[in-house]
Amino acid sequence: MRVALFLTCVNDTLYPDTGRAVVKLLTRLGVEVDFPMAQTCCGQAHYNTGYRHEAEPLARHFSDVFGEYEAIVTPSGSCGAMVRELYPRIGERARAEGRGDTLAATLAPVVPKTYELTEFLVDVLGVTDVGAYYPHTVTYHPTCHGLRSLGLGDRPRRLLQSVKGLELVELPGAEECCGFGGTFAMKNADVSAAMGADKVRNAESTGAEMLCAADNSCLMHIGGTMARLGTDMRPVHIAEILASTEEEPAA
Amino acid sequence: MSGTFVGMPAFPPPAHPAFPKAAHEAVHNETLRGNLRHATHTIRAKRAKAVAEVSDWAALREAGKQIKDHTLRHLDRYLVQLEESVTAAGGTVHWAADADEANRIVADLVKATGESEVVKVKSMATQEIGLNEALEAEGIRAYETDLAELIVQLGKDRPSHILVPAIHRNRGEIRDIFRKEMSEWGRPAPEGLTDTPAELAEAARLHLREKFLRAKVGISGANFMIAETGTLVVVESEGNGRMCLTLPETLISVVGIEKILPTWQDLEVFLQTLPRSSTAERMNPYTSMWTGTGDGRAGEGDGPRTFHLVLLDNGRTDTLADEVGRQALRCIRCSACLNVCPVYERAGGHAYGSVYPGPIGAILSPQLRGTASEIDASLPYASSLCGACYEVCPVAIDIPEVLVHLRERVVEGGQVIREGNKVVLQPAKGHAAERAAMRAARWAFMHPGALRTGQRFASRTRRLHPRTLPGPGKAWSDSRDLPAVPAEPFRDWWQRTQGGKGGAK
Repeated sequence: MRVALFLTCVNDTLYPDTGRAVVKLLTRLGVEVDFPMAQTCCGQAHYNTGYRHEAEPLARHFSDVFGEYEAIVTPSGSCGAMVRELYPRIGERARAEGRGDTLAATLAPVVPKTYELTEFLVDVLGVTDVGAYYPHTVTYHPTCHGLRSLGLGDRPRRLLQSVKGLELVELPGAEECCGFGGTFAMKNADVSAAMGADKVRNAESTGAEMLCAADNSCLMHIGGTMARLGTDMRPVHIAEILASTEEEPAA
Repeated sequence: MSGTFVGMPAFPPPAHPAFPKAAHEAVHNETLRGNLRHATHTIRAKRAKAVAEVSDWAALREAGKQIKDHTLRHLDRYLVQLEESVTAAGGTVHWAADADEANRIVADLVKATGESEVVKVKSMATQEIGLNEALEAEGIRAYETDLAELIVQLGKDRPSHILVPAIHRNRGEIRDIFRKEMSEWGRPAPEGLTDTPAELAEAARLHLREKFLRAKVGISGANFMIAETGTLVVVESEGNGRMCLTLPETLISVVGIEKILPTWQDLEVFLQTLPRSSTAERMNPYTSMWTGTGDGRAGEGDGPRTFHLVLLDNGRTDTLADEVGRQALRCIRCSACLNVCPVYERAGGHAYGSVYPGPIGAILSPQLRGTASEIDASLPYASSLCGACYEVCPVAIDIPEVLVHLRERVVEGGQVIREGNKVVLQPAKGHAAERAAMRAARWAFMHPGALRTGQRFASRTRRLHPRTLPGPGKAWSDSRDLPAVPAEPFRDWWQRTQGGKGGAK
């Protein structure tokens, strides 16, 4: 199977460890991973801030870069949801604006082939025990777009529960948004920060060492809040937990 | 001002600060935060339980959506049918294009009765048009009889929630308002009133009773209007509405045109979904239905002696013209989206600058009023797009979809319908820097080489990066640490190690 890693622009620039973890994990599970060098950004920030027409060329570019692969895997619920939920909508809107079916037809092929990492593991590879080892207490925050747009359900939790040495503790108010919301974090900084602080307090109350999520954008906000509030907790992307083994534990 | 308008807006845009500014104070008000957290979390949990009891909830939700969509698509036909049914049952139908016209019609109707006071059933439509203030200006006193609306009215306050307008108040605050203000409006609060719920309710009951018994004119809204029969429906919990709907001789109902249902049977769906979504009740305690007047049809009528229905547009037809935004008109005002919204919980209802707060308000107000004012242009951004509102909406309004659509209207402008006219909006001012940044980012993302140069530059200068950002970046670094930039971007590692071949680091 020709699998492309769609790392996302945020991970590529700021969180290469997550990218290395996905490569290590998938390689260990026998998947041949490619990283198409022409990939950039799915256009989510543009689209969600109201710049749909600026997002269109990025969506077309995504389709050009990834169209030939059998599967596209991304360690981001939010960018995965952009492709799966919003690319069809971008096509529909272009059609409604009298620009015909071209854009919809261009974007259509990548939509069903795009998987968020935990979906790919559980649904395509059919594994929940990926042979990981991570001797820490962890609480899991389901990020909004993974939870509600993609419907990831209990996939991430099932994967975490199968990790050797990992103790998973319940996060109170888990399904409440952390307050990141892309440009929302800047445009409504007061409310965003208040949501982030509440999320961190809930996480702290679990006594866990780490807060795990499947999206580094949210973790950037939660982690930045943790550091500012002076907590001992750390944010960690689920890929880094699943990539960690007894032979090669995560740093 | 973001728009070029033909004619005057339906009602003047409110002089209200933009949402982030309005929310600033609420976020740091510990009492308010506590009141809202307690109230929203309680009702949130109860709703979830009440909805989980219904095995066919998803089907009911879909049915509600489809009935509303069908009705909206044929609204012209159903409105005429409703007018015929109401008229045949002895009522009189009035058409109001905007708030001013509706207020004038109601004031004239009240004056024609010779009365100078009215009792009111809780109604969002009359709040929307500012009816109480308009009547006051005509020398007519309107008494709110819903407990929470009474608290708001006595406290010279504004409602902050659709269903629970005084949600921002706690018991102690309510006791103080009753003690101080009730005597101004009628029967004073009992001596030694405490903040126990039973005593507060009894004080309101005594205060309101004399008004119910005296009033000759009642004013209401309606949750539903049935086109085939001309029946209006009000659902409520307290029974105050029932008093207003049955005791006065004249009843005037002000109802938004989107509240129509084609048939009596359609109620079956909404009388299941509305109570569970709003108050988490299986069935609300009082459901009042009336068809025309008491003597409209010999021996059959069940309404008041005189009945007037004022059908209110006030931006609804304009909203209906927008193919993405029109789904907001499906709203049945249950408030489930407010109760589940993390932004509403922290910003409070007043920050939304409208009688419609929360997620639904953020998509309704900028459509009903347009996006010209500071508050209306900021409301589409008052959301992290978490989607909790869409998940609980009993008529499946995709609120995040409409929010993004309205953001696009704010930043890109374009053609909209205002007061029935095609109007081309200019892109909003104040987004110039953002627009430039978005364009620059789009350019870089279309040129992977340029992106890489930028990434490398960021990596190589990482030791020089400040801990806080200037300008717009301050909004981030004021409350959150910045992420550390890695020594090299992933793509450099991938190329250097050929994808980590042989365990390369």
